[in-house]
Amino acid sequence: MSAHLTFRDVTLGYDRHPAVHHLSGEVAPGALVALVGPNGAGKSTLFRGIVGMLKPLAGSISLGGLDARDIAYLPQSVDIDRSFPISVFDFVATGLWRSSGLFGGIGKQRQAKVLAALAAVGLNGFERRTIGTLSGGQMQRMLFARVLLQDARLIVLDEPFNAIDAKTSADLLKLVKHWHAEQRTVLAALHDMDLVRANFPETVLLAREPVAWGATAQVLTSDNLLVARRMCEAFDDSAALCAADHAPARAA
Amino acid sequence: MLYDVLISPFTEFEFMRRALAGIIALALGGAPIGVFLMLRRMSLVGDAMAHAILPGAAIGFLISGLNLFAMTFGGLIAGFAVAILSGIVARTTELKEDASLATFYLVSLALGVTIVSMRGTNIDLLHVLFGNILALDDQTLLVIAFNATITLLVMAVIYRPLVIECVDPVFLRTVSRSGAPTHLVFLALVVVNLVNGFHALGTLLAVGLMILPAGIARFWSRDISGMIAIAVASAMVSGYAGLVLSFQTKVPSGPAIILVAALLYVFSVLFGNVSGLVRQLFPGRHLEA
Repeated sequence: MSAHLTFRDVTLGYDRHPAVHHLSGEVAPGALVALVGPNGAGKSTLFRGIVGMLKPLAGSISLGGLDARDIAYLPQSVDIDRSFPISVFDFVATGLWRSSGLFGGIGKQRQAKVLAALAAVGLNGFERRTIGTLSGGQMQRMLFARVLLQDARLIVLDEPFNAIDAKTSADLLKLVKHWHAEQRTVLAALHDMDLVRANFPETVLLAREPVAWGATAQVLTSDNLLVARRMCEAFDDSAALCAADHAPARAA
Repeated sequence: MLYDVLISPFTEFEFMRRALAGIIALALGGAPIGVFLMLRRMSLVGDAMAHAILPGAAIGFLISGLNLFAMTFGGLIAGFAVAILSGIVARTTELKEDASLATFYLVSLALGVTIVSMRGTNIDLLHVLFGNILALDDQTLLVIAFNATITLLVMAVIYRPLVIECVDPVFLRTVSRSGAPTHLVFLALVVVNLVNGFHALGTLLAVGLMILPAGIARFWSRDISGMIAIAVASAMVSGYAGLVLSFQTKVPSGPAIILVAALLYVFSVLFGNVSGLVRQLFPGRHLEA
C-alpha cells in the first residue's frame, strides 16, 4: 500500500525564512508517528503545511489521495472563542461536519454518536454546559471528542498533552492508541520523551532541518537530541538564498 | 384610557400601522444579524458600515432625487464595495478586519462628500440621515419586508458555518472551504439590513435596532438561539413602545425607538440573569457541587 503522506524536499516557512528546511520522507497508512524537537523547531509549521494552511516555499507535500476532510487537525493554541454561547454537545457535534455538512440534521443516530464520543473522553454530563465553563483539561477532552467524531483517516495532534494532568493525558493517550488500532494514521507533536519511547513506534526529530526519522529507539539517541538542541532559532535577516540544488538533508 | 394610549393610535391611523409593520420586519431581519455582530466583536463594524452606505445613498439621491430604488441601490453598492474590499484585504493580508474596514469606509465617506460637493447642490439629506418611519409608503414597506425575508432565508443557509466560524475558525478552515464565502455573505446581510434600516431610522440610527437588542439579549440567555429570540422580541417591543412614545410626545420616531431600546438595555445591565449587576452583587449562597 502506498504512503499516505509524502514529503518531497519540503521547505515551509514565513517571509521566505525556512521554519522546516528540506524535509523528505514518507508516512505509511496506519503509522503512529511522534514529531519531536525543541520549541521553534518547525513542528507546528509542518502540521500547518500538512493540513494545507501554509503553502510550501519549496518542494511538495502529497496527501496520497486524502481529501482535506479526511484530516482531523488539533492545533496547539486553539483559536476558540470560549465566550461564544455554544454548548459542549453542539460544539462536539460540529465534528460530524463531514457527514452532516451544511444542512444535515442531527437526528437520533448522530446524537447517539455525539454522546458516545463525550462518554469516550469522560465528559458525560457536560452536554449542556457552555464551552466557556470548561477547565483546560476538560477543553482538551472535548476537542478530542470532536476529533473522534471527525472519523478521519489522518489525525494530526499538535502538542495535545501540554498543560494536561497525568490522568487526562493517560485517558487521551488511550484514545490515540485506539485510533492506531483502527488503522488510522496519527501524527503527534510531543515533548515528553518517555511518553514517546513508551507509546510511539516511529519518530521524526526535527530542528528546522530534519535530524533523524525512523524507529523511535534509533531516533531518540543522546547524540541526535544534542544536535537538535543546538539549532539556532533566530531568523537571519541577511541570510543568503538557499542553494536550490542543496542535497536533501534527510539523515537517517 | 390605556386603550387610547397603547392601541388606538394604530387602529385610527394608517401611517402608524405601516410604521409598526415596518419596524417588525426590521426587527426580524436586523436583530439576528446584530447578535452575530456582537458575538464576533463586530458591533462597531456595523456602525462603520452605516457610515459607508451614506455616500452611496447620497449619490442615488443626487441622481434621481428622493427615489426609493436609486437610494437603496446606491447604498447597497457603496456598502457592498466597502464590505467586500475590506473583507478581502483582511483575509489575504496581515491587516485585521477593523483596520481595513476603517480605511475603506473613510475612503467611501470622503468620496461621497467629494461627489456631492462637486455637484454643488444644497440637498436636503435629513431624510437619509434620520429617516422617517412615519412616512413609509407601500413601496418602501415592501422593500423592507422583502429584505427581511431574504435575510432570514440566507441566515438559515449560512447558520451552521457562521456559528463554527465564530467559535473555531481554524476548525472550519480544515473541514470546509465555506469560511470565507460565509463571512462575505454575512457582511452582505449586514449591508442589506443597514440599507433597510435607513428608510425607517436613517443611516445613523439604523444600526441601533441591530446592536441594542443584541446587547440586551446577552444579559438574558446563555445560548445563541435564546439570544436571537430575545433580541428579535426586544427589538419589536422597543419599536412598538418607541412609536407609541413618539405619537404621544412628538419625540421624533427614530430616536424614540432607540431610546426605548436603551432603557431596556439599562434594565438588562442591572437586572439581567446572565451577569447582570444586581445578580453579581447578590449571587445567593453557593451550591454543594
